Amino acid sequence: MKKNPFNTNKKSNKNYALLNGLIVDIENSEFIKGTILIKDCLIEDFGSHIKNSQISNNYEKIDCKGFIISPGLIDSRVQIREPGLEHQETIKSISKSAACGGITSLICMPNTNPVIDQPALINSIQRKAREIALSKVYCTGCITRKLEGKEISELQLMHESGALGFTDGNNSISNTRVMRRAFKYVKSFDGLIIQHPEDQSLTSEGVMNEGEVSTRLGLKGIPYYAEPIIIERDLWLVRETNSRYHVNHVSTAAAVRIIRNAKKEGLNITCDTAPPYFSLNEMSVENYRTFAKLSPPLRNESDRLAIIDGLKDGTIDAVTSDHTPQDQDAKRLPFDQAEYGAVGLETLLALTLNLVHNNHLTIFEALKLLTLNPARIFKLKSGTIKIKQDADLTVFDLNKSWKVDPNKFFSKSKNTPFDGILVEGKNIMTFVRGRLVFSN
Amino acid sequence: MKEVEKKKYPHKHILGIEGLLPPDINYLLNLSEKFSLQLSKREKSSFLSNKTCINLFFENSTRTRTSFELAGKKLSADILNISVSSSSIKKGETLIDTAMTLNAMQPDILVVRHPDAGAVQLLSEKVNCSVINAGDGPHEHPTQALLDALTILRRKKVISGLKVAICGDILHSRVARSNIHLLTTLGAEVRVIAPNTLIPYGIENLGVRVYNDMRLGIKDVDIIIMLRLQLERMSGSYVPSIREYFRFFGLDREKLNYAKNDALILHPGPMNRGVEIDSELADDLDRTAIFEQVQLGVAVRMACLYALLENKK
Repeated sequence: MKKNPFNTNKKSNKNYALLNGLIVDIENSEFIKGTILIKDCLIEDFGSHIKNSQISNNYEKIDCKGFIISPGLIDSRVQIREPGLEHQETIKSISKSAACGGITSLICMPNTNPVIDQPALINSIQRKAREIALSKVYCTGCITRKLEGKEISELQLMHESGALGFTDGNNSISNTRVMRRAFKYVKSFDGLIIQHPEDQSLTSEGVMNEGEVSTRLGLKGIPYYAEPIIIERDLWLVRETNSRYHVNHVSTAAAVRIIRNAKKEGLNITCDTAPPYFSLNEMSVENYRTFAKLSPPLRNESDRLAIIDGLKDGTIDAVTSDHTPQDQDAKRLPFDQAEYGAVGLETLLALTLNLVHNNHLTIFEALKLLTLNPARIFKLKSGTIKIKQDADLTVFDLNKSWKVDPNKFFSKSKNTPFDGILVEGKNIMTFVRGRLVFSN
Repeated sequence: MKEVEKKKYPHKHILGIEGLLPPDINYLLNLSEKFSLQLSKREKSSFLSNKTCINLFFENSTRTRTSFELAGKKLSADILNISVSSSSIKKGETLIDTAMTLNAMQPDILVVRHPDAGAVQLLSEKVNCSVINAGDGPHEHPTQALLDALTILRRKKVISGLKVAICGDILHSRVARSNIHLLTTLGAEVRVIAPNTLIPYGIENLGVRVYNDMRLGIKDVDIIIMLRLQLERMSGSYVPSIREYFRFFGLDREKLNYAKNDALILHPGPMNRGVEIDSELADDLDRTAIFEQVQLGVAVRMACLYALLENKK
C-alpha cells in the first residue's frame, strides 16, 4: 500500500535542511542555489553560504537537487463548501487537496451555508483549519447580508476577526447604491472589495459565452460585455472613494483593456484570472461538456490570448484556482441545468507553469502570480522566502510531466475540464509553518 | 448689556445659522443668557402679550415643540399648535396654500418644522410675519445650535479655540450642519466623526476635519456632540448593525478617555442608549449636559422670539 503522503501529526516540529535546491528570490527574480534551514516553524537561514557539512544532526536533511523551492503558493479564490455542503468538500479534504497542489494559503469565498456574514463563522472556520493544520485558511466576508445584495454586513467586525476582503462570492452586486456604500464603508479600515464582475440581468438566462458555438449548440448565451459593464461601473466608485478594489477571474479582452487603462490612470485596482481562462476557450463546451460550464463562461480564442497578454504585461496580478467543487449529481445533467464551476487546486501549479513552458512568461513572472502578488493584495506575511518568516514552501519539479486524473484528486469533487491532459510541473513537497505537510 | 442693546438682531427671520455673523449669534446668546436668569427666578414677562405665535409642525416633535410653546408662554404670547396630523396638508393642500391661509390669520411669528430641506424658507417668502426654523430636513436647526452653544459657554466660558467633535449621522443631521456653522463662525475647531457612509460629500468645505476613527477624532477635544442615529439606518443600509456601530462609534468610557479630562458631552436627544452612547455614561451628570441643554433650550427660544419682535415695537 502506498504511504500516506500527508503529515497530520501536529506535534512533529522537526527542523529541516533542504539541500541543493534552486531557491526562488521572488522579489529580485533570480534563483539562489543553496540550502534552506527550517527551525521552529520559521526560515532560519538560506543561501549558498550554508555548507552541508556544517549542518548539525538536529536537522532532517532532504536533497532538493533539481527542484525549485518557491514561496508557498497562495490561492486567493477558493470555495470551501464547509459548513453546509460537506458532500462536495470539507475543510479537511480541501486542505489535503491544497497541500498536494503545493498551495500553502487558501483564501475562501464566503458563500458557505450559512454564509460568512458575521465574525463568529470566520473564527470557527479558522479554528477548524488550524486543527487540521495542512494549510493556512483565510476567509473573506460577505459584502451584503445573506448575499442578498441589499444591506451591508458587519464588515468592520469581520475585518477585525481576520476577513481579508469582502465579496458576494458568485453574485455580483447589481445595486450601485449598495456597492457605493460598501466602498465608502471599508475605506476607513482599508478593506478590500472583491467583485465577481457579471451584470446579473444579462447573465441570469445564459449558460455559456454568446457566440457562434452557443448558437450552434442551441444554448442561451451570455454576452461578453456583461463583464466589463460591471468593472467600468465599479471604477467610478473607486475613483470617488479610492478604496481598494479587486476583480476576480477576469475572462474577457475587454476587461483586460479596461483594467490596464485603470491602472495607468492610477486607480486602486487589482485583478486575477484562473487557468481555464488562459488555457481553454468556448470550444471546450462542445458535446455539452458540463465540466466546462464555468462562471464566468469560457470565452473565445481572442479573449484567451488577451488574458495571456494581460498576464505578460502585469495587468493581471494573480492566478487563482477558482476552486468550485461540484458533486456528480450537480454536473451529470443537461447543460442548462448543470451547476457552474471546476475544481482547480491540484492543477493550479502545473497549468500556470504551462505558460512558462510555452514561453509566455518567465518562471519568476509565473510564480509571482501565485505568491508575491496575492500576498501583497491580501496583505499576508508570506509569498516570499525571508529569514524569520513562517516557512511556507513549495518544492516542485518544473519539468516532470504527468497526466491529470481526477480520480486521484484529494478533493472530494472531481469536476475538472482538464481531465486526461498532459501537463508539466509537479509539486514534490509542501511545507506549512515549517511542517512538511505533503511529500510525494 | 448696554452695547448689546445697541445692536439688535438684524434679520426678519431665523432660518439658519449659515450667513449669521458673530455679532448676530452673540446677541442671541447674550439674550438667551438673560432669559435663562429670568427663568431661574421663575419670572414671567409680558413682552409678547397680545402677540400670536403659531407652532406649525409637519414632523413629529415633542421636545422642540413644547420648548417653543413654553418659551412663548413665558413671554405671555398666545400660542397655537398645529401639527400635521390635524392639518389640511393630509387633505392635499400645498405648503404655499397652507402658508397663505395661516398668513391671513395675521400671526406675529411662525415656528415651522418640516421634513424637507428648504421648505421653511419657501414658506417664509410667502408670509408677512417672522419665521423661525425649528428644523427643515437635514438642512438646519438653528435654535438647537444656539442652545448647544449656550450650554458650552456655561461650562467653558468661551467657544473660540475649543476643539469640538460632532459624532454620528452627519449625513442626515440638521443639528450637525447648524452646529458646524455656529461653532466655526465663533472660532472653534470642529471635527466630524462617522463611518464614511454617514459623511456627506465635501463636508470638509464647511471648515471641518473628517475622522473615521473615533479615538483619533475625539483625541484632546473639549466638547463631544453625539448625534442620534435612527434605527432604520442601522440595519445594513448605512451601517451594518447596532453592535458594529456601537463598537466603533458608540461613546463609552474607554473612548472618552481619549478626550480631555474635562470634556463635556452633549446630545440633542432623544438618545438611543447602547447605540450611540453607553447608557451609564449618559446618566453621568459630571460628564454630560443633556438635561442642561433642554433647560437652556427654553431660554434660547425665548430669546429668538424676543429678538424678532423687538424690532417691530
